[in-house]
Amino acid sequence: MSLPGRRAFLGACGAGAGLMLAGCASEILPKTSRRVVVVGGGFGGAVAAKYVRLLDPGIEVILIERHRQYVACPFSNHVITGRRELSTLALNYDALAARYGIRLLFAEATAIDPDGQTIHTTAGKLRYDRLILSPGIDFRVEEIAGYDPATTPELLPHAWHAGSQTLLLKRQIDAMPDNGSVLISIPLAPYRCPGAPYERACLIAAYLQRHKPRARIVMLDANPEIVALGAQFRRAWTTRYPGMIDYQPAMRVTEVDAKSRTLRVESMLDFRADVVNLIPPQRAGKLALAAGLTDSNRHWCPVEATTFESTRHGNIHVIGDAALAGAMPKSGYAANSQAKICAINTVALINGKPPHALAGLNVCYAAIGEEEDVSIAQVFQVTDGKIVAVANTATTSPVDLSTARIEHRYAESWLNNILAEMSA
Amino acid sequence: MPLTTGIPRLLAAAALMLLAGMTQAAGSAVVPEACDGCHGFAGHSAGPTIPSLAGQVPEYFVLAMQRFRNGQRPATVMGPLAKGLSDADFRAMAAYYARQKALPQTAPIDPAQVAAGRKIYFAHCNTCHLDGRLWSSVHQNRGYEKECSKRCHLDYGPEPGDETPLIGGQWREYLAIELAAFKNGTRKMSPRKAKAFERLTPADLAAVAAFYASQKDLTR
Repeated sequence: MSLPGRRAFLGACGAGAGLMLAGCASEILPKTSRRVVVVGGGFGGAVAAKYVRLLDPGIEVILIERHRQYVACPFSNHVITGRRELSTLALNYDALAARYGIRLLFAEATAIDPDGQTIHTTAGKLRYDRLILSPGIDFRVEEIAGYDPATTPELLPHAWHAGSQTLLLKRQIDAMPDNGSVLISIPLAPYRCPGAPYERACLIAAYLQRHKPRARIVMLDANPEIVALGAQFRRAWTTRYPGMIDYQPAMRVTEVDAKSRTLRVESMLDFRADVVNLIPPQRAGKLALAAGLTDSNRHWCPVEATTFESTRHGNIHVIGDAALAGAMPKSGYAANSQAKICAINTVALINGKPPHALAGLNVCYAAIGEEEDVSIAQVFQVTDGKIVAVANTATTSPVDLSTARIEHRYAESWLNNILAEMSA
Repeated sequence: MPLTTGIPRLLAAAALMLLAGMTQAAGSAVVPEACDGCHGFAGHSAGPTIPSLAGQVPEYFVLAMQRFRNGQRPATVMGPLAKGLSDADFRAMAAYYARQKALPQTAPIDPAQVAAGRKIYFAHCNTCHLDGRLWSSVHQNRGYEKECSKRCHLDYGPEPGDETPLIGGQWREYLAIELAAFKNGTRKMSPRKAKAFERLTPADLAAVAAFYASQKDLTR
């Protein structure tokens, strides 16, 4: 294969670790042909970059990603309880470069000039014809008084980005007393992966049953009820972990004292625990906010339902958790599905063709135990300019949990395949 | 996974239409590759409980999806997904996957199981699932064509119509799950197939799964 970009390239300013030149303004790679720049190499971005190249090899694709190694969130709750190694969730981008000729830029995107169609990074700037952003999530820490983004997560891990945070939460649970308590604080929806906090409670409970059966879990949910798969999770808690999980809805954390591991709910009630998993409320990744792509409350990015093009700035598409994608959830599978739709329509637009409304899919699995999962699957279509769920398609696993064991085996294969989409 | 040859052979039908400036019927067509999130890039599954779709017989593919949609074929996530899709979607997906090269699964298979499975296969399975090539059969190629009513699958499922599916080279675990579903009655089958299953023990079914999974020549 004689495609360009078999190796990652470094900008003129960014050679060498730690060399972050604030004033770096040189163009890394002059634009000589049609070019799509993709930011974020996760479930959305990596797939979008690959499909643009598959659909039109005449388009140059540059993928900007902070990390040379990506760690996926799905199944990371199994790392917390020691059933899975973090390395099984790690990916690199070698195949994307070698097989599809995607050029890799390991740098942080810092700003966008929509009028000049230019993106600025810590390694220099790049011009683009179209930009696809898949920046993931950031935290609205300003909504929790006393939360210091630098120090609080080191004491009270969110573990909502897989990696060192996941391992920190694991170490804390391993080290807590046998009769200890774990507190899981769930933010108001929408947040990344609706079922994940409840899955986490199940898996920690399964771990505690074996290792610290006198320990307990308290869930403080800012939402009025369980956000996803409520009947299934409730059934799992009562049948699998009786008396272990205390679920409290409508409990929004407004204040934190990290040193004493105390959460304050609605400025009134204090909760203290041995391990505090404080998951802050969320918004689109930093770059989206900086580039003015978020809505008026500065949370998520409004997009056209058909193309995922930002309604704030032209030639910029936003996919994945950061996007306001109508009824589609903030899940890895939704990001994967959106990436393909966005790639097809981006390529169409670059080629002067009209975009078309395309249906999206979502398939999510959530663990209710170490070898049991429940699922939700749904189809979405564009109706009157909005992404809506196709009627009568939202179906979840039976509440009697009779399919949970086989669904766990499907979930493991799901993971293999969705990770391969991003890295093979 | 043998993904070095796993790059999709053609672009999505939808994408080709877009690039050609063609229009499509009202409603949102599905991107066939949307299934790849679970079934593997270009339909080459890297997960042993989820079947590969690459190279699947398109007529069978459409019928299987219709059976998922009307509930005749039991499923977990496939039911709701099929309910949200049209026959046109099914045909586009079937065409896309039929264009992808079928690749055999890559896990090592116990040769003793394969040998045991081969015997059972020749005794019980090969009239329907063999036409000189191990993975599939079409009625017109079958040795017993003259006697074939073409009604078995039509009347009883799970695969009505004239095609039987590609099953050679699929993951052993996936095949074992489906064989168990036939055996325990969760998946309906024709009297002829039920008769063949009657005599098969769980150990026999495990061996048959290993035998089919071990197939390497998937040419049609």
